[in-house]
Amino acid sequence: MAYSDKVIDHYSNPRNVGTLDKSKKNVGTGLVGAPECGDVMRLQIEVDEATNTITDAKFKTFGCGSAIASSSLATEWLKGKTVDEALAIDNMEIVEELALPPVKIHCSVLAEDAIKSAISDYRVKNGLPALELAHH
Amino acid sequence: MLKLPIYLDNNATTPLDPRVLEAMMPYLTDVFGNAASRNHPFGWAAEEGVDYAREQIAKLIACDPKEIIFTSGATESDNLGIKGVFEMYSQKGNHVITCTTEHKAVLDTCKHIEKLGGRVTYLPVNEQGLISLEELEAAMTPETILVAIMFGNNETGTIQPIREISKIAHSHGALFMTDGTQAVGKIPVDVNADGIDIMAFTAHKMYGPKGVGALYVRRKNPRVKVTAQMDGGGHERGMRSGTLNVPGIVGLGKACELARLEMDADTARLSVMRDRLQKELMTLEESYVNGSVEHRLPHVTNISFKYVEGEGLMMGVKDLAVSSGSACTSASLEPSYVLKALGLSDDLAHSSLRFGLSRFTTDEQIDYAIGHVKEAVTKLREMSPLWEMFQEGIDLSKIEWAEH
Repeated sequence: MAYSDKVIDHYSNPRNVGTLDKSKKNVGTGLVGAPECGDVMRLQIEVDEATNTITDAKFKTFGCGSAIASSSLATEWLKGKTVDEALAIDNMEIVEELALPPVKIHCSVLAEDAIKSAISDYRVKNGLPALELAHH
Repeated sequence: MLKLPIYLDNNATTPLDPRVLEAMMPYLTDVFGNAASRNHPFGWAAEEGVDYAREQIAKLIACDPKEIIFTSGATESDNLGIKGVFEMYSQKGNHVITCTTEHKAVLDTCKHIEKLGGRVTYLPVNEQGLISLEELEAAMTPETILVAIMFGNNETGTIQPIREISKIAHSHGALFMTDGTQAVGKIPVDVNADGIDIMAFTAHKMYGPKGVGALYVRRKNPRVKVTAQMDGGGHERGMRSGTLNVPGIVGLGKACELARLEMDADTARLSVMRDRLQKELMTLEESYVNGSVEHRLPHVTNISFKYVEGEGLMMGVKDLAVSSGSACTSASLEPSYVLKALGLSDDLAHSSLRFGLSRFTTDEQIDYAIGHVKEAVTKLREMSPLWEMFQEGIDLSKIEWAEH
């Protein structure tokens, strides 16, 4: 299967690979997927509590090129967004941006799940109720 | 100058040897006759080409030329062998024994005969990929008409104990068939010494053309017959109708001749290269060779690199043509059933790469492959959350993963 240029670009030059200090109260961590299924994404956000804005985002992904590209793109999009804006990111936007074929849509779904899971973790750490996470 | 990408997927198919093409060329041009045309020189010339090929093939597997039935390839041969025996010997019984790591051409054919009222036993394999002779013995019944166990596995290269298996089959009055697709032309195969009654094989796995294969069907001790699955002009002793693919058959013949003459030299060279590739890649932490190392085709190695995903890895080694046990590209999301049959967990099966070397593989290509794979695995591990957790000593099996 041929990958789109954007997938290849994110795969070859992944943005924001790394780890944030999850002991910090303003860092939210989402870990989604399963090794048995061939993809696991960990996405982290660091939030400026005063402005509710995401100042940093990092990821690590075990998975195919599309999974790596989806999470790399997600971290790029997250930086500078408010938490509420980040919540509005829809997986289909990732599909469109990366031109993912139908068999790879689950990679974008996983990225959306990772974003929501990271935000939920941040909320819980800060005394807010967890998000109701959809199960795909 | 090293030409990229490098082809190391020779279990999928091999390039055509130029000497094979040269042998085929006249039959693609001037010698175009139908080998069944007995009444003019065009037909005779074609038939002569086919007869010579039969002899070249027979020499490679130590059989009689008359015992070769030409087909379109190994899939057709597997179908003809299994379905043909099932129909021909239905008076005697309806039980077939095979194993879980067979190629789909065997497994799906067995599923088909189950629908027709056949009974099939699928023997498991151990972590080396080998069946248990005791379990085979225990599975034999008076109704067992056929034992079909592959010679060498396409994913791992594991070689089954063919002689012991055929002895058990024969001691219970059953026929022994083997899918020799990966083995014929690569390692010595002798149908008499190995006790083979029926064997499927194909040209394009041994530097011949695609679209032509053969089924060896024993004529003596015992005389075996298979019911034709293709009705028509009664070619190939009535077992496979259809105008013979003369250029393809000539190519298969030449490929067999070259294999016979060059097997020892190829094996010596390829096993050294394969071992070097494997040894170097195994210096990466948490790498595992899949299948038997002792009983294995000389040109194959299958390695799992834990904590990286196979498809992602294949994208990382874009200058290498290899295949992966990851089925991320398929709709099922299921990793290789062969690796799972060896007892590999899904994540290790997902993390595997299969390397298949060929007569044309060079040391320079292997050097490049080693560096390229090491670099990609290292890069992807730096990107892998699982690798980070492993480094921190977290037991991944204790984490509650959300299955999706």
